[in-house]
Formats: sequence, C-alpha cells, structure tokens
Amino acid sequence: MQAKRTIFPNKVLPYVLLVPQLAVTLIFFIWPALQAVKSSFEREDPFGFKTTFVWFENYRRLFAEASYIGSLGRTAVFATSVTVLSMCLSLLLAVAVNRVLRTNRLYTTLLVWPYAVAPVVVGILWWFMFNPTIGIAPYMLRALGVSWNHRVDGVDAMILVIIAASWKQISYNFLFFVAGLQSVPQSLIEAAAIDGAGPFKRFWTIVFPLLSPTTFFLLIVNINYAMFDTFGIIDATTQGGPAQATNILVYKVYSDGFLGLNIGSSSAQSVVLMLIVIALTAIQFRFVERRVQY
Amino acid sequence: MKKFALLLSTGVVAALAYAPAASAQTEIAWWHAMDAELGKKLEEIAQGFNDSQTEYKVVPTYKGTYPETLTAAIAAFRANEQPAIVQVFEVGTGTMMAAKGAVYPVYQLMADNGEPWDPSGFLAPVTGYYSDTEGNILSMPFNSSTPIMYYNKDVFEKAGLDPETPPKTWAELETMSRTIMESGAASCGFTSGWITWVQTENLSAIHDQPYGTLENGFGGLGTEFTFNGPVQVKHWDNLKKWADDGLFQYGGPGGGADAPPKFYAQECAIYMNSSASRAGVIANSKDFEVGFAPLPYYDDVTTDPKNSIIGGATLWTLNGKDPAVYKGVAQFYTYLSQPEVQAAWHQATGYLPITNAAYELGQSQDYYAQNPGSDIAIQQITRGTPTANSKGVRFGNLTQARAVVDEEFEAMLAGSKTAQEALDTAVERGNQILRDFEAANQ
Repeated sequence: MQAKRTIFPNKVLPYVLLVPQLAVTLIFFIWPALQAVKSSFEREDPFGFKTTFVWFENYRRLFAEASYIGSLGRTAVFATSVTVLSMCLSLLLAVAVNRVLRTNRLYTTLLVWPYAVAPVVVGILWWFMFNPTIGIAPYMLRALGVSWNHRVDGVDAMILVIIAASWKQISYNFLFFVAGLQSVPQSLIEAAAIDGAGPFKRFWTIVFPLLSPTTFFLLIVNINYAMFDTFGIIDATTQGGPAQATNILVYKVYSDGFLGLNIGSSSAQSVVLMLIVIALTAIQFRFVERRVQY
Repeated sequence: MKKFALLLSTGVVAALAYAPAASAQTEIAWWHAMDAELGKKLEEIAQGFNDSQTEYKVVPTYKGTYPETLTAAIAAFRANEQPAIVQVFEVGTGTMMAAKGAVYPVYQLMADNGEPWDPSGFLAPVTGYYSDTEGNILSMPFNSSTPIMYYNKDVFEKAGLDPETPPKTWAELETMSRTIMESGAASCGFTSGWITWVQTENLSAIHDQPYGTLENGFGGLGTEFTFNGPVQVKHWDNLKKWADDGLFQYGGPGGGADAPPKFYAQECAIYMNSSASRAGVIANSKDFEVGFAPLPYYDDVTTDPKNSIIGGATLWTLNGKDPAVYKGVAQFYTYLSQPEVQAAWHQATGYLPITNAAYELGQSQDYYAQNPGSDIAIQQITRGTPTANSKGVRFGNLTQARAVVDEEFEAMLAGSKTAQEALDTAVERGNQILRDFEAANQ
C-alpha cells in the first residue's frame, strides 16, 4: 500500500507565506551587505558628493597595511580565547548545577543574570574594576606584586577585554548546556555507573558526546559573538588601544568608518569580515558537524 | 465631582501651557555634543533665544561625543534629514570645509538675511582658525578653548614649594615634580589630557615649530605632516623618561579619560587640559585649592613662547532647508554674538569669550579680578604675533591622524619604539591618511 502523501495544490500560497521572512532578510541583511560590497570598490568623501570607482584599491591598501594584518592576528587570539574560556567555564558551571538537586533553579537564575546586561555596561563595569587609577583589581594585584596598566600594556588590555567579553557570554552558554545536560538520558548514566564508570569517565564517554550538538551550536554562536558583538565592550574599555593591541576587526571597521569617515576602507574591511565568518561557518558545518552525534 | 473639576482644571492649565507651542513657529534643529553641565548651559542659551522672540524655536538635541555628532550629521545629510545647525569640533573643520555643497557659510548666511556681521569683533585667533583662504568665516564660532595648566596649591605647599609660583618652563616643571614626589606630597608630578592636542599640536605652536607643510594645512589639501622635528622628539623623549620615573602619568588616548581623576584624587599635582575643564576642576577640587597657569615651554628652544592654539567647536549651517529656517538661524547667530550671552557662556564654562566685547564686558564686571586665573587662557592664546606655525592646524581626517599619534605614543610608552621612531611612523601613517583625504576630495 502506498504511503499517504499530503499534497498542497496551491502554488502561490507557499511564496506568500515566505514573503515576510524574505522581506526582512532582503531589507535588513542582503541589501546592506550589497551596499557594503558596492562601496568597498569606491572612494568617496564623507558627504557623498564625489564617488570614484577604484576597483580593488581599498583591498590592496588594506592588505598592504601592517596594522590590518596585526588586527587579523589579534582577532584570532581574541575570538579563540573568548570562545574557549566562556565555553569551558559555562560547561563547568552547568555540570556543577546539574548535580545540585535542590537549589539548581536558584543557581540557574543567578547565573543567567549577566546575559541581561548590555555589552557597553559590561565594558564599563570591567573598566571600572580594572581602572589603573581607581580600580579595585589593580590595587589588589599590586599587593601581589603585579603591576597592572592596560592603558600602556597591550597584553593587560587584551586580557581585560577577553575577561569582560567571556563573562558576558557565560550565561548564554550556561543556559544551553544546562538544557543539553537535562536531555541526556539518566538511564545511560546509571547503566554506566553500574558498570563501574567513575564520574569523569561517565562525563567524557557519555555526557560530552551526547552534548555535542549543543557544543557545536555554541561554538558557532560564540565565534560570531566574539567577532561581531564585542564592539560595545571594546569601545567602553580600551577603544582598541593601547597602540592597537585590542583593535579587533569589528572595532577597526567602526573606528575607520565612523570616526575616520573613511567609508571605502571601512566597507572593504566589513566585506573581509563577512567572508571570514562565512568561511568559518562553512568549515564548521563541513568538518566539525561530521563528528557531532545528533 | 470635585475630582472631575480638578481634572478639568489641570487640563485647562496644560492646554494653556502648550498654547504657545501650538502657534506656527519655525523650528530650527540644533545638534550638539555638550553633555552634563555644558549641555544644560547650552539649553539655557537656546531657551533665551526662544523667549526673546516668537517666530522661531531653536530645538537643541544632544547627539553624543563630537565624533558621533559629526557622523550623525553626515549620515543625516546623506538621507536628507539634516539639522539646520550642527556643532562640529575643530578637528572636523578640514572635513567640513572640503564639503562645499553641504555647508552654508556663515558670512554668506548673515549677508543673505540682512543680519549684522562684523568679523573684526571676534578674537583674532578664533577668526583666523575658522576662515577660508580669502578670509571669510565659514562657521559660527561658539565654544573655543585652549589648553592651560591646573595645579594643586596644597600639594605645592606640602612639598615646600611656593604655591603662588607655578613652573614656567619644562625644566622647572621637572624639578618641581621631583621635589613633590620625593617629599611625598603626591605620588606623581603631572598628567595631561589630549596627548595629541596639548602635548604635540600646542607644543609645536608654542615653540613655533611647523606641524605640517603648507602653513599647517591652511594652504591646501596637498599638505604633509612634519611633526617629527627635533622639538617634538625631545618632548616625547622627555615624556617617556618622565613616565618611567613616575613623574608623568598617562591618562589614555583621545581626551585622556583617566587624567582628570588623577588630579582630582590629588595623585598628580599638575594637570594640563582645555580651559573648558575649568568648571569640572573647580567642582571636583573641594578638598584643595587650584592654581591656574599657562602651559610650560622649553627655554632652551625659545625665550618668546608663541600663542597656543584653539580647540572646541563651531556651529556649521547645513544646506537644504527652507529660506525661513535660515532667516531664523541668522537671527539666532546674532543673538549668540551678543556680549551678554557670550560672557555668560564663557564665565560659566571656561570656554574663551568669542568676541572682544564679551571679554571687555567681563573686565567691566570685574569678573577676572574676582576669579583669578580665569583669563589665563585668553592671555595665552592672544600673546605675541601669531606665526604660520601658531595659527592652528587644519588637516582633513584629523580624527584618524590623531588616533595614529595616540597609538604611536602608546607604542613609545610601552617601550617598543623610541620617540624618534614613534613620531616618524606617526608622520608616515598620517601622511597616508592625508593623501586619502586629498584623493577623496579632489
């Protein structure tokens, strides 16, 4: 007997239903992206009176610029550190909360709070705590013999923005890990326990592989977060300084375009950034996803 | 019933209160970058104008920092939603002057609308800075400042120094800073806002050193930076040495957000920044007495320090509005030039009096005698005869070029470059920015 198939005879309706979503995507994503591509091939004065088509001049200049190559490297360091740090810490917290039976709702609620804090406010909070003059952290570090000055020391500055950016993202990751952990069948863990597997063994051989779809999803989200959404944190703490030590790609797009009013170069940079993220996501889907067990 | 009557009466009162706004007034949008105390003062000026007549209503809107305000105005112009008036900082002057189609020059605006306009009434350095090559003023001078030196008299006294004799030269400043640190009166000698504007651009002007070719950029778009000369190198070298010794503490890039707290907390005894920081300094120095002095100079370079140069902002009129709006704008500018309005703004904020009449009004009010130090900025900016090097700087994309100077200064502080290397790189990278601007505006 043939399986019953539902057939929708209306040819127009599906498209009508798709229109709102397509319209939003076209107007808010595709169109601005195309604008950026267009102006990356142009040289223009800020007011837009004179526009010259310059082919790849903006790109050629960009890659000849030592500070841009430096910014690429720093972005890699920043994005990797933020992703690894925030994911490891949130997994640790999620596993810990998952073991607590009575008060885990309370912990979950408290741990999710930082997510509600706007990136700029996060930046201000950490800037305040680490302020070389009035902050509490440099004061305590000085007692330990560490001299902290992210105004002058590039490494200090990078550590500061990594901590601030990771702290903000921990809540989000935590929430997904907790949900993921709750969907791991208890029976599997019990069976392993009866077979004599210790907590660590159980975690690595059962829980972690079963969590992999969540981990994979978070990996993509976190890299995108670190590359795109950390602008507010950088702006409120270091403004890309000192000496460009924390000038990651997304901040450079802003400072060259909005402060420097160099629209051509800024557009070229955002196109490069766009390509990097598309490439990273494609690689992740192609290679990492194969190892993910759904 | 009583309640109803009460509601009714509030309604009537509210209706009465809104009545004037309902009449046909022409609104004039004014975008500005003045926050906190300065913003309140600015709104008082707009209110004063609105109360003085019934035809026009100036509506001030705060748009964020100077760069944000400029960017917002440019974006609005491209979308044909521009305000009639926008406040643009001195660094944006080159950008605005190059945008000929966007700007309605103030001298033309005043002539077209039959308002009185007398450029000779303005302070000379102000007119010089904001005029085109033919000597026409393009934007309405509003808030102009120049950097001065603030010092903590209490700390000077504790260190055994005369609180009435601030350092005149950099050599004196170094010795006094050492005395202050060694005596334990404060943990640092001095700090500074704006490494670019105060310690590089003004340093060059005061010592009559060129900052760029073609009269510091006044002569055209083909200008190149030349601020890697011996005096600038010597000064940056000293700043690095003093930073290593703890005499000087760096306050951060741009305006130097960390510098004022160092002075307010009595950590640093001396603080250099805009004369418009005066209000903030006075408000935050309740625990100690503040002294005011001109910026120091190197007496082995010059015995005749030149005038310092302008910072702050002017009001640019943007094209594309109704003639009625421009009539109102012209009237507003006339109101703004009145000595009473100017003097009140100058005295409340520490910005320079823009007109000679406002300065004279302050003198006749005995304001400077009662507020010692409040005329340091005016004296410093008007001393001597300005040279091509002390007239000011005018470069396109100067915001970006300043960011480069800050970066190179930080690289020097971190020890990865010498002063000479840092300034050479800054000049080289800055020239690239100037060429971009030239290419985009030719």
